[in-house]
Amino acid sequence: MTPSPTPTSTDALPPPKTSLAKARPRGRNILSENAWGFLFLAPWIIGMVFFMAGPTLVSFYLSFTSFNLLEPPEWIAAKNYVRLFTQDGRYLSALRVTFTYVALAVPLNLAFALALAMVLNAKIKGLGIYRATYYIPSLLGGSVAIAILWRQVFGFDGIVSQALAVFGIQGSSWVSSPSQALWTLIILHVWQFGSPMIIFLAGLKQIPVELYEAASVDGAGPWRKFWMITVPMLTPVIFFNLILQIINSFQAFTPAFIVSGGSGGPLDSTLFYTLYLYLQGFANFRMGYASAMAWVLLVIIGVLTALAFLSSRYWVHYDDSAK
Amino acid sequence: MVTTARPRTKKPNYHWMLHAGLIAGAVLMLYPLLWMIGSSFKPEGQIFSDLNPIPQSLDFSNYIKGWTLGTGVSFTTFYLNSFMICAGAIVGNLFSCSLAAYAFARINFKFKPVLFALMLGTLMLPFHVIVVPQYIIFNTLGWTNSFLPLIVPKFFAVDAFFIFLMVQFIRGIPVELEQAAMVDGCNRGQTFLLIILPLLTPALVTTTIFTFIWTYNDFFGQLLYLNNERKYTVALGLRQFLDASGQSSWGAMFAMTTLSLLPVFVIFLFFQKRLVDGIATTGLKG
Repeated sequence: MTPSPTPTSTDALPPPKTSLAKARPRGRNILSENAWGFLFLAPWIIGMVFFMAGPTLVSFYLSFTSFNLLEPPEWIAAKNYVRLFTQDGRYLSALRVTFTYVALAVPLNLAFALALAMVLNAKIKGLGIYRATYYIPSLLGGSVAIAILWRQVFGFDGIVSQALAVFGIQGSSWVSSPSQALWTLIILHVWQFGSPMIIFLAGLKQIPVELYEAASVDGAGPWRKFWMITVPMLTPVIFFNLILQIINSFQAFTPAFIVSGGSGGPLDSTLFYTLYLYLQGFANFRMGYASAMAWVLLVIIGVLTALAFLSSRYWVHYDDSAK
Repeated sequence: MVTTARPRTKKPNYHWMLHAGLIAGAVLMLYPLLWMIGSSFKPEGQIFSDLNPIPQSLDFSNYIKGWTLGTGVSFTTFYLNSFMICAGAIVGNLFSCSLAAYAFARINFKFKPVLFALMLGTLMLPFHVIVVPQYIIFNTLGWTNSFLPLIVPKFFAVDAFFIFLMVQFIRGIPVELEQAAMVDGCNRGQTFLLIILPLLTPALVTTTIFTFIWTYNDFFGQLLYLNNERKYTVALGLRQFLDASGQSSWGAMFAMTTLSLLPVFVIFLFFQKRLVDGIATTGLKG
């Protein structure tokens, strides 16, 4: 696995056609190239039909029905969607909570990731150890165990309250405060900046040293070099990290579920989108309603990704000559 | 959070400051974990009264208590269940994703660009869009409360990330090797088994590691499909502490959460380079 300089969508283009087919001698090969292709692809095609594309379409249909798993779905046209946006206060607060979470957690996470990657890229000793240490939270952070730990860390007697008490700040339970509970989850996400940091590090290594040398000759300071060389050269990686993070953090579930004890509380302040979807679909068995929520989520993620891609031409810098 | 000053300058005489900052940051980051590990060895009363993560003595009674806590089913069952699901998912992903990746990387078949785009599209498809219909399918088949909904889809290459990873890897293998094999009379199936698969080993190892971590850490799917305690996984077992916990089981809870992080951590120790490479090249979330 050679690190690719720009791990973005450009890598995803179909490969140039190989000349393998022409090199094949006649005889022995019972199957045509086409048949071999579909033979190899058979599991994926079945999976695509039954577990991906099929369910996606079915989910779209169900979003226009009222369905509780026991009785057949009943067509109610767009009522689910109308209800979501006009009558369901909890849904709107779930939207607000999730957008707040994404809008704060993602940029903070990426800022820490980039800052640490910059520091670690400065040819310091023990890079491997630092990188590994800072990566550990990212590795373990998605688990139930860490979410449970978080609940205690920011709980009434938790170490955060105790540490603050040392400085004379009155401790309280963060996780049971409606104005603070979401922050504990944001901090949990920011804490896991290890994987984007590793991606940034790989990106930084691709920037040609000559650019910095030339800038030094021209008298540029570190700050100027950062904004004029590092950031522009790194924009493809920033872009890549941004897309990944947006998609992932919109779907965050475990931390909110565990920290709030499955309720999204206190006062719906940690009611993540997917948590509310889960509660509606699998606790209340309103599966049509949950499907409508899932489709709105799909549209939100799709629109945000599309916006990122459309805007990318103005701020993402692909420099092919540098390779 | 990390609030230590991180000087941006690269002058050598500031390096000790850089190291001091980095070490302070690392300690701050890992402090919650260290506190949890330390607490798992402390008697109940000391856990919340003591900020020092280092316990005064190594007391394993929390572990013994935690292992069997709950209503009869112990963590022996939970770990066995988790590892069984992981093993199934790993075999499924290795099998199905390598086949699909070979087709996408090397064979020219009809509609390939369309299908490839479709595959990449599923990378962005939120799991929650397909979860309701999938649940209906598995419920109809009578598979709920079994491991099948968590394993069977993996045999049909639903984790497009790994297909993508392997496609990238296969493209880096010189095509001449296959051409030579085909001149010698190998067909596509034989070339795949004899030439590609052995050379694909690094990508297969990466796939194995990430499948294990993701499956082991998965919560949503397990929560959805497993509702009998005998089928519970480690993640679901841990959750029981939250439902039941009186004030008295915190030590046991921390013992079990600490233990539950061990498998992933051991993998990290042994395969650190692979993990880092996997993240750096494809953005797989660790």
